[in-house]
Amino acid sequence: MPLDYVAKRVGMFFLVVWLAATINFFLPRLGGQDPVREMMIQQAALGGNAQSGLEEMIQIYNDKFGLNTPLLQQYWNYLGDMSRLDFNYSITKYPARVSDIIGRALPWTLLLLTTTTLFSWVVGTLLGAFMAWPRSPRFLKFLLPPLLSLNAIPFFLLGLVLIYLFAFNWRIFPLFGGYTPGTFPAFTPSFLKDALYHSILPALSIVLVSLGGWALGMRAMMVTTQGEDFVTYADAKGLKDRTIFLKYAIRNALLPQATALALVLGQIVSGAVLVEVVFSYPGIGNTLYEGIRSGDFYVVQGIIFILIVSIGLVTLFLDLIYPLFDPRITYRRA
Amino acid sequence: MSSAAQVLTAPEGSRAEGTRRASARAGLGYLRRNPSLGIGLMLLLTLVLFVVIGHLTVDTVQFRPLSTRPLQPPSWELPFGSDKQGRNLYAVMVEGTPLTLRIGLLAGVIGVTLGATLAFIAGYYGGWADNVIRIVVDVGLTIPGLLILIIIAMRVRGGLTVDQMALVVGLLAWLYPARTIRSQVLTLKQRGYVQVARLSGMSNPEVIAKELLPNLLPYLGASLVGSVSAAILASIGLEVLGLGPFEAPTLGMTIYWVNYNAAIINGWWWWWVPPIIVIAILFIGLFLVAVGLDEIANPRVRNRV
Repeated sequence: MPLDYVAKRVGMFFLVVWLAATINFFLPRLGGQDPVREMMIQQAALGGNAQSGLEEMIQIYNDKFGLNTPLLQQYWNYLGDMSRLDFNYSITKYPARVSDIIGRALPWTLLLLTTTTLFSWVVGTLLGAFMAWPRSPRFLKFLLPPLLSLNAIPFFLLGLVLIYLFAFNWRIFPLFGGYTPGTFPAFTPSFLKDALYHSILPALSIVLVSLGGWALGMRAMMVTTQGEDFVTYADAKGLKDRTIFLKYAIRNALLPQATALALVLGQIVSGAVLVEVVFSYPGIGNTLYEGIRSGDFYVVQGIIFILIVSIGLVTLFLDLIYPLFDPRITYRRA
Repeated sequence: MSSAAQVLTAPEGSRAEGTRRASARAGLGYLRRNPSLGIGLMLLLTLVLFVVIGHLTVDTVQFRPLSTRPLQPPSWELPFGSDKQGRNLYAVMVEGTPLTLRIGLLAGVIGVTLGATLAFIAGYYGGWADNVIRIVVDVGLTIPGLLILIIIAMRVRGGLTVDQMALVVGLLAWLYPARTIRSQVLTLKQRGYVQVARLSGMSNPEVIAKELLPNLLPYLGASLVGSVSAAILASIGLEVLGLGPFEAPTLGMTIYWVNYNAAIINGWWWWWVPPIIVIAILFIGLFLVAVGLDEIANPRVRNRV
């Protein structure tokens, strides 16, 4: 793989990260508001607690968060903090650091997202491949319309329906949360079993919605591939149908599917954020929701930065491993 | 005098009527060959019909809280029941469905207009403008729009209005159209008739307006439907997170209140079933129309989907 492509691609990644950090810094300051004062006033209005020490508190907080220095200085410090993944303290849960809050929520989201995304990608791709193959069973063709209809609606909408059916009506699965209230996260078999049990409905709402999209994409690619000369040639050579299907058609149709995975990653993450809100799942999405509701700006900023960086990283990784899938890619003028 | 004029114009009028009927028949015939477009349009029409009938049968002011007794299940007077704050949910749906559509349409139009303008500049003129636009789009598309929208929406104090919401969503809706339309412009630019137009001395803006734009219209239409759908998705996402227009009864805000009041695990099914059905019809309808328009814009994909 040419080095200049890798350098370009990595440079792009850092550009994304820098842009995300800069947007995160400047957008909130556009209005020229004092974030600490606003949070304090909001908190006071919400809680109705003592107002007397407010101005001094604002002063102390502004000193603490370094909000009294010139803007460029603040920006510089901020970029330094971001590069060390230091997101300051939470405003509403003061002694807690934002990075700790995120660290606690991140494993939940990572596990939920990687398993559901991989699972729906693999199963959806296979389904799509079989749908385009003339010899597959009939009923597969009837699967497409319902899968496509599901694919058109947002994840969390299906989540709401699933909660009603499976948790409220039939009481098969828990109503909300990532584990039974009262237990504490630990690496014990009983806790892991409990967590798995709680994650089935959120996972199902992501998988069922995503399947259709992958199936549709793969089906279209398979139809194109099956019309190519090398497939006709393989057929004329007398190769077995199975061989043509597995070694000729699927393998060649697979690359656009991998590209698509990199392209829709952002959408999957945004969708999953809302699924967590609907299920009160203890991951990043729900933490973000709580941050928004309590006006905890640093939490929101930190989570958004982390999400953008992780999406950038995965996209970078997918882009760099393409040649392993497909030797046709040369990256000469990428 | 007037009767003479009528006589004179009558055959003209009936001929126009005839061609109109013929073209209508041809349109219906096309819809039969392109079922996704037909079914999609039908779904969207159902929603329009629902809103129109709703406006005739209910006082839409009742979308406000405290209009009726709270938490009534559906009955004759309240076909969709009422929510915990005493909104008449039928009025909420009738008032909210067009509001959500409005957000989507406004944001979608902003997105496609901006995106197409940049795409024509980048694709047709090339050069440094192309480089800048391409890099901005590539970087921008890596960042999930919803996350940026959250930051913007959080800073707007006192909550967004419906139109502000559309504007905010539209701010990021141009990225994807810009990329796809640019690649279309690139291929179209190489076509013979465009080359001929340029060689015959047409100015660049003229070539864009007279040669490129008309040929890209179906494609722009498909792109618009996609953008509207994406904008509605983004707006509902913001609303469910509690960053929407609190005063407005949009579909997303209704879902927000459902979630906020835990309506599902309290068994108030009439509160969440209608918005979910309307949102589902809306997205499936838009998706089918987009697929159908894609078939018009891109005949090679015919019979594939």
